[in-house]
Amino acid sequence: MELFALIFGSIFISNIVLAQFLGICPFLGVSKDIKSAFGMGLSVMFVMILSSTICWLVYTFLLVRFDLEYLKTIAFILTIAALVQLLEMFLKKNVPALYKSMGVYLPLITTNCAILGIALLNIQENYNLIYTLANAFANSAGFTLALVLMAGIRERLDEADVPDAMKGLPIVFFVASSMGLAFVGFTGMI
Amino acid sequence: MRIGKEFTKGVIAENPLFVQVLGTCPALAVTTSVNNALGMGVAFTAVLVCSNLVISILRKAVPSDIRIPSYIVVIASFVTMIEMIMNAFSPALYSALGIFIPLIVVNCVILGRAEAFAGKNAALPSIADGLGMGLGYTLAIVAVSSIREILGAGTFLGYPILGSAYEPILIMILPAGAFITMGFLFAGMNIINRRQAAKKEVM
Repeated sequence: MELFALIFGSIFISNIVLAQFLGICPFLGVSKDIKSAFGMGLSVMFVMILSSTICWLVYTFLLVRFDLEYLKTIAFILTIAALVQLLEMFLKKNVPALYKSMGVYLPLITTNCAILGIALLNIQENYNLIYTLANAFANSAGFTLALVLMAGIRERLDEADVPDAMKGLPIVFFVASSMGLAFVGFTGMI
Repeated sequence: MRIGKEFTKGVIAENPLFVQVLGTCPALAVTTSVNNALGMGVAFTAVLVCSNLVISILRKAVPSDIRIPSYIVVIASFVTMIEMIMNAFSPALYSALGIFIPLIVVNCVILGRAEAFAGKNAALPSIADGLGMGLGYTLAIVAVSSIREILGAGTFLGYPILGSAYEPILIMILPAGAFITMGFLFAGMNIINRRQAAKKEVM
């Protein structure tokens, strides 16, 4: 039950993009059409679950053991960068179909603050491995949801008559603020 | 002369937030009060200047194939130092900024300056570039946070300035308010750019 509350809360109540402001760059950049938004979302989900798990293991079994907790920022960013690089090489060689659909987003993911942010939050909140997995899954699902919703709205916006000064980024910010307000409505459900 | 130019370009002409649209995550997240924004700006500038300096000194020693990972290590080291310094000397600010201090590592402005400037230029211009970009970013997030704090709480740096009759607009402090403020500021930038482009055409 507690696990369900964590998952529901991370997807809807404190949505990673709309309430925690992590991963704003891809949210603004890769939300022009639903297909690429979905691709980006799934790639982030894959990498976030993997990297959160590995970072948790690195922290628990390496850093804590040798009293190096203060190095976690460096250790995590290196882990994530190496992971993404390996993943890219692995997919390119063994699963070319997946590489084609995911490959373009992978380099962007290393510097996506959502990945490092969730890895750090898992440690900060003292989650065990199961909670870490659930948190990574829920947050990346929330990211995908926000991204796909935004892409759907932006596809419609292309047809809309937007004031000149609001064209481009400004209108996206206003749409995001309405989405943020809508998500605030989930507060209190748990 | 040239160093002065490297310094001033980051403040307005190539402002990291408003012109290059980089580093939007902290600009939205930590701008609930001017105090937080100033703290973030100082930490950000310190990391940027230090990493620019070290990267420009090392630029001939680092092979270009592995430059990005080595930049990240340099940046992450300085971020860890700043994190520890802030934790020791201003714990209140440290807990208010929370996760966004370690996340300076993945702030695209810093890696962007390392790649675009410090990796190609000498130490002194790199410091000037870092200071200018840092100042530009700080000014930008202070502007965002001023709007949010004044409208959302009726205070500036914690001092009430709008009088007790003012009813704070709570939404400006909420996440939605951050998006609204940024939307208006970027719309303003659009108008300015349009006017300038129109002026050039007339001339």
